[in-house]
Amino acid sequence: MRKTARFALPVLAAALASCTGTTGGQGASSNAATPAAAKTADAPYASTYKAYPGMATAITNVTLFDGEGGKIENATLFMSDGKITSVGGPETPIPADIAVIDGTGKFVTPGIIDIHSHLGDYPTPSVAAHDDGNEATDPTTPEVWAEHSVWPQDPGFSRAMANGGITALQVLPGSANLMGGRSVTLKNVPATTVQGMKFPGAPYGLKMACGENPKRVYGSKGRMPSTRMGNLAVNRQTWIAAQEYKRKLDAGERVTRDLGMETLAGVLSGDILIHNHCYRADEMAIVIDMGKEFGYKVTAFHHAVEAYKIGDMLAREGVCSAIWADWYGFKMEAYDAIPENAAILHKRGACVVIHSDDENQIQRLNQEAAKAQADARRAGVDIPDATVISWITFNAAKAMGIDGMTGSLKPGKMADVVLWNGNPLSVYARPDRVWVDGALLFDANDPKRRPVSDFELGQPGEGDVK
Amino acid sequence: MRHFAKRAPKIFAALLLTVSAPAMAETVAIMGGTVVVGDGSAPMEGATVLIRDETIVAVGANVAVPADARVIRADGQFVTPGIVAGFSRLGLIEVDAVAGSNDATGGRSGFSASLDVAYGIDPSRNPIAINRSAGITRAVVAPNASNDIFGGLGAVIDLGSDASPITKRRAFLFVDMGEGGANAAGGSRMGSHALLRAKFREAQDYADGEDDFDDGLLRVEDARVLISAMNGDIPMMVHVEGATDIRQVLALKSEYPKLKLILVGVSEGWMVAPEIAAANVPVIASALNDLPVNFAMRGATQSNIGRMKDAGVIVAIGMIDDRDAHQLRYTPQYAGNLVALGRVPGATGLTWDEGMAAITSVPATIMGHGGKMGVLKAGARADIVIWTGDPLEISSTAEYVMIGGVEQPMGNRQERLRDRYLADDDGALPRAYRH
Repeated sequence: MRKTARFALPVLAAALASCTGTTGGQGASSNAATPAAAKTADAPYASTYKAYPGMATAITNVTLFDGEGGKIENATLFMSDGKITSVGGPETPIPADIAVIDGTGKFVTPGIIDIHSHLGDYPTPSVAAHDDGNEATDPTTPEVWAEHSVWPQDPGFSRAMANGGITALQVLPGSANLMGGRSVTLKNVPATTVQGMKFPGAPYGLKMACGENPKRVYGSKGRMPSTRMGNLAVNRQTWIAAQEYKRKLDAGERVTRDLGMETLAGVLSGDILIHNHCYRADEMAIVIDMGKEFGYKVTAFHHAVEAYKIGDMLAREGVCSAIWADWYGFKMEAYDAIPENAAILHKRGACVVIHSDDENQIQRLNQEAAKAQADARRAGVDIPDATVISWITFNAAKAMGIDGMTGSLKPGKMADVVLWNGNPLSVYARPDRVWVDGALLFDANDPKRRPVSDFELGQPGEGDVK
Repeated sequence: MRHFAKRAPKIFAALLLTVSAPAMAETVAIMGGTVVVGDGSAPMEGATVLIRDETIVAVGANVAVPADARVIRADGQFVTPGIVAGFSRLGLIEVDAVAGSNDATGGRSGFSASLDVAYGIDPSRNPIAINRSAGITRAVVAPNASNDIFGGLGAVIDLGSDASPITKRRAFLFVDMGEGGANAAGGSRMGSHALLRAKFREAQDYADGEDDFDDGLLRVEDARVLISAMNGDIPMMVHVEGATDIRQVLALKSEYPKLKLILVGVSEGWMVAPEIAAANVPVIASALNDLPVNFAMRGATQSNIGRMKDAGVIVAIGMIDDRDAHQLRYTPQYAGNLVALGRVPGATGLTWDEGMAAITSVPATIMGHGGKMGVLKAGARADIVIWTGDPLEISSTAEYVMIGGVEQPMGNRQERLRDRYLADDDGALPRAYRH
């Protein structure tokens, strides 16, 4: 949780501390200790994920991108007990009795992380019965949790692993609502229950949305908001209520337990991270000010197609932009999208994360990052490969609050690792092997190391290379 | 527009002033490049492409270059046919979600087969210039089918910076016989197949001058188009994904033997590839579909195109319902991904040469322009791209684009926005004054 403290504004530090001791013993109507609910270790629906068995493995003679901007040629990576044990050059010592993979001609990266996915809550098959991402019945639904929609049998999870090397992802509610609900961070491991996928210790996020979607969805129902000013008004009114709820909690006053308010109080305490869908530069600036008005900080703007227009501001405020490489033109607020969004943000020193928001592009997030790099180069901004890899590994982990555990190949971190059969920034590269917590969960050479979801079993194409 | 024309003269002047052919006779020699013919053959290093006016007149290592030819050096660079987007809605849409700028769907008009994309294509729409600068030079453009199985008439267009985008009008009739078509026809395949046959029968009645022609089922304008399709004068491009749907469509040829079928989408094509090949029906397939988006796509795999190719199917890459109005620039990346499959154990992809062909000569041939489009051969239209590197690699970009012998402007609106914001803010005046 060291991450969340960083995101809390100083003024909230005292509040954060005081919150932790407010658990009441007064029955269902008493307060529910919001911060405790926000902290995944104590939260209900807790993760039951345990690392699968792995064997001590070293990869040698490989080109290694460490996820934090480092690159080692002719590297050795040693993992054991589910952790990265050591990383270094050819001189790195490895025990004699372990499996050694010759990585000559291959590349190693941390497991790829997608900060914006709807796998599980908009799974395939994309039938109406599976539309579980938008509780589009009220413009603010901070009470819903994406994990309660996730269908673990979504075949998209295994595609993301096999073709994209995805080892962790944040599944968010959709953007119909101003406050869409809590996100959930998952390990990309096949499981029968969502609890079996939940990333242990990952903080919650709150999905918020600016702009066209909320005002369209609710305006078309003849209710507020129907304009951008309506969006802001509803948001601010809701934050005022949240502040009051939190004030009572902090003061130890009796409150009726309210799921939505628990989430919002968790945001105000700095325990729950704001992931704000927002396209236009002018709206992002307003949202930053709204955060200041109510004492919270946006962790990342998602989609953020106009982030390049306010790169200095985003760098100054320490807000990440989780963006596509090149999507544009699908709606009015995406009209000014340019493929050099990442390039300009990088040049301004702002945090860049490449995301997918897509069940297909999550399978090639490495290629999306490579596109942004190529467009940057065309604009005269040269960005090293190792930095580009950080956009889909460490930077994503940082913005999801899990960078202390994964996102880079540093000793002691989870052994979430992808071995690629070539440079992952090339169109010709594919994952050769994928480890999650040191367990080999995909091996291109072994059809038995390829997950097949229950949905696919007994169907055309079962177990195919996909 | 007036506003833009003033501010972006480089981009729009050509559009306003020129037609697709060069103003005066000119001979151009592109020399020294690694020339990819586009027909699946291996690249030729250090070759010359000789162009006279809008046509390629010679290609090879030993081409005599006339003294008056304008020479463009491409030493060590790939020189390829312009990329042909095998399926798109390019030029029909500026912003998908802005109805007034979206001309892809005409179903509510009451017409169907006669809806002609030629009236909806606007070369000033920004996706044209954006995709042109990425090396896309021609595109197959289809309408959406929404309220009927028959979406209307598609076209082949060029992406040239001029006012004449249409290469071939009424190039095909677009029909949806998959889930979408079933939905449009009352909710089932029974409905879509009944509707197709009933409309064909009515069209025949109309052609035969029968008194009982029922214009409640079929308008005269639509009937005329269906007759052309039934007679094989206009190919019928049918969207299907599932193996069973594919078989049902192939079977139409036994009832309507003159139909010239083209299949598009075809995610489960690999499961019926021998039948498609035997029917000699070409396919414009989605390259990377590998998810069971619906129950007709349970067998979807990225190996689909490679397996169909191996079974003898003529198959090009298209992007139906995949950002098909904006991101045709993904086409080379998709081909590159199929090449990548060659290194994945158990997968079937394309060779690099086949991958290039699947986005140049093959779609052109399927659309009836074999030897004239999508190839660097004598007699073909001079649609040529010079690349900074391997055209299928993400790090490469188009550096020079010629369409129909005319050198194209490489700028676009996205680049203008980029340049406005790339430079540091000097604080002297707002960025609005940078143009």
